[in-house]
Amino acid sequence: MEVLQSLADGFAVALTFENLGLALIGCFLGTIIGALPGLGPSNGVAILIPLAFTLGLGPTPAMILLTSVYYGAMYGGRISSILLNIPGDEPALMTTLDGHPMARKGRAGEALTLSGIASFVGAFFATWGLVFLAPLLVKVALLFGPAEYFALFTLAFATLGGIASRNQAKAVFAAALGLGIAMIGVDGQTGVPRFTFGEVHLYDGIDFLVAIVGLFALSEVFVFIEQAATRNRGERHQDDHPKIGRILPSWSVIRSCTPSMLRSTVLGFLAGVLPGAGASLGSFISYSIEKRLVDKEGTFGTGDPRGVAAPEAGNNAAAGGALVPMLALGVPGSGTTAVLLAVLLSLNITPGPLLFQNNPDVVWGLIAALFIANFVLLALNIPMVGMFVRILMVPTRFLMPVVAMVSFVGIYGISGSSFDLLVMIVFGVLGWVLRKLDVPLVPIILGILLGAAMEKNLRRAITISNGDWTTLIHSGLSITLWVIAIVGFVLPIIVGPALRGRMAMRRDEESSAVD
Amino acid sequence: MSDRIFGVVGILLSALFIWRATVIQESFMSDAVGPKTFPIIIGTILGLASLYFIARPDAEPVWPRFTGLIEIFMAIVVLIAYAIALPELGFAITTAIATAYLSWRLGSPAWQALLAGLLTSGGLYLVFRVILGLSLARGPFGF
Repeated sequence: MEVLQSLADGFAVALTFENLGLALIGCFLGTIIGALPGLGPSNGVAILIPLAFTLGLGPTPAMILLTSVYYGAMYGGRISSILLNIPGDEPALMTTLDGHPMARKGRAGEALTLSGIASFVGAFFATWGLVFLAPLLVKVALLFGPAEYFALFTLAFATLGGIASRNQAKAVFAAALGLGIAMIGVDGQTGVPRFTFGEVHLYDGIDFLVAIVGLFALSEVFVFIEQAATRNRGERHQDDHPKIGRILPSWSVIRSCTPSMLRSTVLGFLAGVLPGAGASLGSFISYSIEKRLVDKEGTFGTGDPRGVAAPEAGNNAAAGGALVPMLALGVPGSGTTAVLLAVLLSLNITPGPLLFQNNPDVVWGLIAALFIANFVLLALNIPMVGMFVRILMVPTRFLMPVVAMVSFVGIYGISGSSFDLLVMIVFGVLGWVLRKLDVPLVPIILGILLGAAMEKNLRRAITISNGDWTTLIHSGLSITLWVIAIVGFVLPIIVGPALRGRMAMRRDEESSAVD
Repeated sequence: MSDRIFGVVGILLSALFIWRATVIQESFMSDAVGPKTFPIIIGTILGLASLYFIARPDAEPVWPRFTGLIEIFMAIVVLIAYAIALPELGFAITTAIATAYLSWRLGSPAWQALLAGLLTSGGLYLVFRVILGLSLARGPFGF
């Protein structure tokens, strides 16, 4: 087994004192970030990239730190779902349905531990899926020429909105905006400046880290300021936090949940790998299927442990699955993997099939780190869950300023110039306005990240064929990619409204059944 | 209405983008496509999406009332001032002030906000400068 040999090498890379320490710190920070309402995996990783970068970490340690944060945030999202009925991040939404009722019944500790175990099962098996699936995908990707890559990039944009996308035109707008921003700076192939308006600072283009931190982290601060202004002063909502209760669920509970966890892991992993699905859909599908399969007595939605285990296994498995296309093809399928792609690019590593050939130590070290992160997270989450609960009580009026300042420290650390800070503020405001208008931010990031590569592949393809544009649809492979792209773009327009309606309905139904 | 205004802004942006693309200086060495084509395609897509917003606008988003907009505007002003003052006055002082302001506007009583500013500034300095050794902006007093 060639794959297992590579994995063993990966463990040799990852199991150093420094890397283990980084995995521990990353998991810890990630769990906190995931648990805090308003901060999810993508903004958590976004804030920390500039820091990892300025600390001068090498590629492997930096990736280990940030993927630990990513997995940690996926674990942490469930804590506030269960205790406060507020999802810590979007994929944790389905966990509120049975998690919070369980907490109300005084079984919060059990719900937290059970969801911790479910997260572990989902993420652990999904990482095995990554080990075996990514190298297979790499073999396919090696057949890709420039025309196929151009089609693949288009596919990534077309499906990014996801099946449940609200308004495809807004996703298109966002992608075009991101690609347009990527065009700023000196053209890599002919050396002429484009869209710089003579401003020297712009010759290098807009640094995507500045854009990411602005759009994801700083815009969140504006959202909170707006909420603080809208909320009546004096009205301070003080939720009564449910008692944690006993921590360890009984064996019979764990045993009854095991089949649900395993089925949800498979579904979640597939949802993560497929373009346009992602963790939110992974947890939604897992929950819905489990409800249909095992909910004979109608206990789902009233605090059924299986209803906690299924979505948590599903969304963590999807998080692992989403790494497959990102590592093997260099095309991320979700917001957070887009941010992880930014990490790799800023470390001068281009993901894709060549990464597996040229930097096997990075890939396999990273995958080994994911396994390690999983065990660290399981160990952190079960005995120390009480501590994370206490951190959750820190009010946002102290936390959000810290988030803002850490963003500034990170970006200033990279360039040491006020200009980049000002650009970041512009992106922060832009992010706030676009969120208001319901324009998704992830396609913008992906556009900024992939713009240069997309244009390069297009120009290379056309140049090879001597200016013949039909070369883009010459091979069967590229035609397949174009067809998937078109289907992926049109499908949400047809099935999206129905699916979104069902997601919303299910949530209303279940929460009204409780109150 | 918001979407229609957004659409108009988008069309202006796309027109500006396409115009700036057509005036890109061609270099003597160029490939079959050149530096203009891809930006023009993108600008066109941007414009088409914007036209759609004007034709089929979404439901109106909930904008904050006037006081909310003022709050956001003031926060932006403070952050811009922070970005400009940072290299001049150093990390510690500017960060304490900016944090205190944000914490105050997010609903903390004044004395708590001031304390939050001092603690955040000191804490970040300790973590990033003393422990991690990052170079933060130095002010006239060396911190």
